[in-house]
Amino acid sequence: MPETTELKRTPLFDTHCSCAAKMVDFGGWNMPVQYSGIIQEHNAVRTGVGVFDVSHMGEIEIRGPEAEKLVNHVSTNNASKLKVGQAHYSGLLYEHGGFVDDILVHKVSGNEFFLCVNASNQEKDFEHIRSQNRFDADVVFASERYAQIAVQGPKALETVQKLTDTDLKLIKYYWFTDGQVAGVPARIAHTGYTGEDGFELYVAPESAKHVWGAVLEAGEEFNIRPCGLGARNTLRLEAKMALYGHEIDASINPFEADLAWIVKMEKGDFVGRAALEKVQQQGVTRKLVGFEMRERGIGRDGYEVMIDGKPSGWITSGGPAPTLNKNIGLCYLPVGKAVPGQSIQVMIRNTPVKAETVPTPFYKRAK
Amino acid sequence: MTYPDSYKYTKQHEWVLVEGSNAVVGITDHAQHELGDIVFVELPKVGSHATKGHAFGSVESVKAVSDIYAPVSGEITAVNDLLSKSPEKLNEDAHGEAWLIKVKLSSPDEINELMNAADYQKYVGAES
Repeated sequence: MPETTELKRTPLFDTHCSCAAKMVDFGGWNMPVQYSGIIQEHNAVRTGVGVFDVSHMGEIEIRGPEAEKLVNHVSTNNASKLKVGQAHYSGLLYEHGGFVDDILVHKVSGNEFFLCVNASNQEKDFEHIRSQNRFDADVVFASERYAQIAVQGPKALETVQKLTDTDLKLIKYYWFTDGQVAGVPARIAHTGYTGEDGFELYVAPESAKHVWGAVLEAGEEFNIRPCGLGARNTLRLEAKMALYGHEIDASINPFEADLAWIVKMEKGDFVGRAALEKVQQQGVTRKLVGFEMRERGIGRDGYEVMIDGKPSGWITSGGPAPTLNKNIGLCYLPVGKAVPGQSIQVMIRNTPVKAETVPTPFYKRAK
Repeated sequence: MTYPDSYKYTKQHEWVLVEGSNAVVGITDHAQHELGDIVFVELPKVGSHATKGHAFGSVESVKAVSDIYAPVSGEITAVNDLLSKSPEKLNEDAHGEAWLIKVKLSSPDEINELMNAADYQKYVGAES
């Protein structure tokens, strides 16, 4: 992106700057990467509660008598299985089977679906879905009507509960409801991207500052912290959740990315299905697998991975895992090698450093 | 943030304290603050050679890797072992306990090319 392009701002931009967050360019958005420190923020979410401004995320609404048909046509998971008020994780694919994006699909009513998509993909996703729309359905770009605030951690429920009459205990994981938070209308989704329990609140942009402030106040007794994209990344990596542009992109199909569980071949035709069928017949050649460093050193995004001195793959995401106190990561390896227990070497500044593939997720919360 | 007057500074945010023909090298408080939580420090072996302007090690935070450049040339006579066990000390005391290496200067004049505390303070002020 040219330097002259103005970075986009969320409705909470001023709030972040006034509490001295460190801001970075994240896919064209001026976003907080950290407030007090990534480790402190990470730990707040694992042990108490943290709040994230994720208003950069995109929203797309699909409405009409054939909304469900369109959603099923463009996404890999089976939208027909969703009940009203339920959400699931899904993929948007190209015909060749690679990812356009990974998304959350919420069923708002029999003829309305609400998609949460990645910030830097939102225009592309919208155009893609529209180009595939031969149904009696409208595709509406809704990002400017929503700010999103994620409240995550074992104390997230207690924090948000103080601000709403909706009984949050009745919202099951990956379900949502429309209600009020801090006196303003909010879509309250029991979802998250941290591996911890939590809620994602979709509110009008003009309410964002009010809700943000109310959440911080409600969480005070649990030592709530505002958290940036830095902690969001370490948290999602420990939970082995994919990040577009890292684990998945247009060159990667869901089977390679260990996301077969979001592909429902039996539901009928969808964009990318023919290519995936071929992949199933032929088998994948490479697969995503987790690793831990066994020697001093940190494998990071993009580093080359060797097996017995031979270039064999690359790291998609890697770094320190604050909860585990280890250096972890995800990498693509030839399919036969992409199993736990494989010795690998990570090339760190031209030096091979020992690591080993391990089972994932790296971190799983106690239920 | 205060920058000791007895130190000299580089544009890459290292500091040097010269004592006779020996020098102590570290990264500045500004550098550690910009990096955030430091989790890993890689330092050279004692006896190896540092060359002014060349990377001699690296500091890694949760988020990123940053090379450290030698502000002066010479033989490395000591490395700070504290940092292999407790890299977070760099966040706490970058100008003191968390020094990185000691160097026996081979070209003591190099020191004259570095900034003094007041100039460095101006430099980081303008940068941020």
